[in-house]
Amino acid sequence: MDLSLSDEQQLIVETVRRFVADEIVPLEADLDPDAGALAPDDFQRLVAKTKEMGFYGLDIPEEFGGPGLDTTTRALMAIEMSQHRAGLYNPCYGTFGGAGLAQLYEATEEQKEKYLYPTLRGEKRGCFALTEPSGGSDPARAIQTRGHEDGDQWVLNGSKLYISGADKADFALVFARTSDDPGRNGVTAFLVDTDTPGFNVRRVVHTLRSTHYATEISFDEMRVSKDQILGELNRGFAIANDRLSRQRIPYAAGCLGAAIKAQEMAIEWAKNRETFGGLLAEKQAVQWMIVDNEIDIRHARYCILEAAQKADRGERFRTEAAMAKLVASEASGRVVDRAMQIHGGLGMTKDLPLERWYRELRIRRVGEGPSEVQRLIMAREILGGSFK
Amino acid sequence: MAGIRMTKPWVALSPDSIDALPAQLGVYQIANAANEVTKIGYAGGREAFGIRTALQRELDEGGVSFRAELTHGYMTRFEELLMIHMHDHNALPPGNQDHAQKVGRLMIDGANATPNTEASS
Repeated sequence: MDLSLSDEQQLIVETVRRFVADEIVPLEADLDPDAGALAPDDFQRLVAKTKEMGFYGLDIPEEFGGPGLDTTTRALMAIEMSQHRAGLYNPCYGTFGGAGLAQLYEATEEQKEKYLYPTLRGEKRGCFALTEPSGGSDPARAIQTRGHEDGDQWVLNGSKLYISGADKADFALVFARTSDDPGRNGVTAFLVDTDTPGFNVRRVVHTLRSTHYATEISFDEMRVSKDQILGELNRGFAIANDRLSRQRIPYAAGCLGAAIKAQEMAIEWAKNRETFGGLLAEKQAVQWMIVDNEIDIRHARYCILEAAQKADRGERFRTEAAMAKLVASEASGRVVDRAMQIHGGLGMTKDLPLERWYRELRIRRVGEGPSEVQRLIMAREILGGSFK
Repeated sequence: MAGIRMTKPWVALSPDSIDALPAQLGVYQIANAANEVTKIGYAGGREAFGIRTALQRELDEGGVSFRAELTHGYMTRFEELLMIHMHDHNALPPGNQDHAQKVGRLMIDGANATPNTEASS
């Protein structure tokens, strides 16, 4: 596999790296260590810059005005964009723009007018409501939110858990069981306005990610018209699943970015910190930690780029994406843990970004499908046949 | 389950009551003489002595009484307290009028707040 970058990719990587170093990191010096947003004027100023660079709306498909990046280039950018304190979950504080819910690109033109275009203009926000208290790793079978037909409407009842942004969203993509099929063929996706009677945000869910909460929401006799169905009746899980697969590559790349930065910091510290009459970098125990970090980083980078290149060639990349997600999330956690160990007491403090990455990387081993589910996906693909 | 209100008794804001607190991260509410919440705040990782430093600043700015919680999740708890206040009063406390982020909507005790009110308006 060729891991070298094209001239264009090299230029893009260097541009993003400079943007992070010159524009983002200096602002973080004055922000709270757990901050999740820039001051509004800084945000607007940097959005203007990313627009000028031609990188705004990275994940918007080209036909809708996005820059039309291939998956490999997008992954390379994600590796750079996460190399700051808030970078894991809020790369560059959103100054590269969002794409809205990917599923909306498959919506009807009427639905696009109502939800997609306003989202792209920054006028509306959506949230993705799939996971339920009954489980998130096997959503097709875990979904207990029920929909039943009543005239020209559907009536939804149930609840969702760990939903990001539901309390501030204008609409939600809600998955509900609409047939007696207990698996993936009985689930329908509904576009629901959050001011619909019966749509309730019941509580804030606090997590290790202390800068951002999730929510629990419920649907109590919530009525939705039939034209709010996204895609086909009882075929909603394919829509959800598509997102779950595609998200894994940039998700993995974001993990790797934090690991690369942590390794840089560990090396710098080891080369300068003196203890027991010599530099940390002279101690074999520290050298081995740094080498183990490098092995983890290169392993993750290889897996991410392999998955991205396969996706760009139009080949099946399900196994590779799952492997990239598993390897990058677990390896990056180990790298940051070792970097903290090398830094000693300083590594535990909020003076450095390591403790925030440590907490947030723990979530990455569960988010977008836990490691065990990634193994399950790979096992099905590798074993094939009846094991699929 | 609904948003969890801060229901501790109010404590007079004074150098002594501040000194009695540990130098930890956390959230707090400031009240006026009528025990009306005038500000919700947090002591984050940049405060020299955590919640002590933050409350000393509130005392200097005329705060009358306070109640506080120590938590490493000060950002999300702060947002939650703003949401609860918005639900109960349909407005943010006077001391939070410059809050730049949109405050979320929360259903508490079976009732929704005014949906998606912009915090700064």
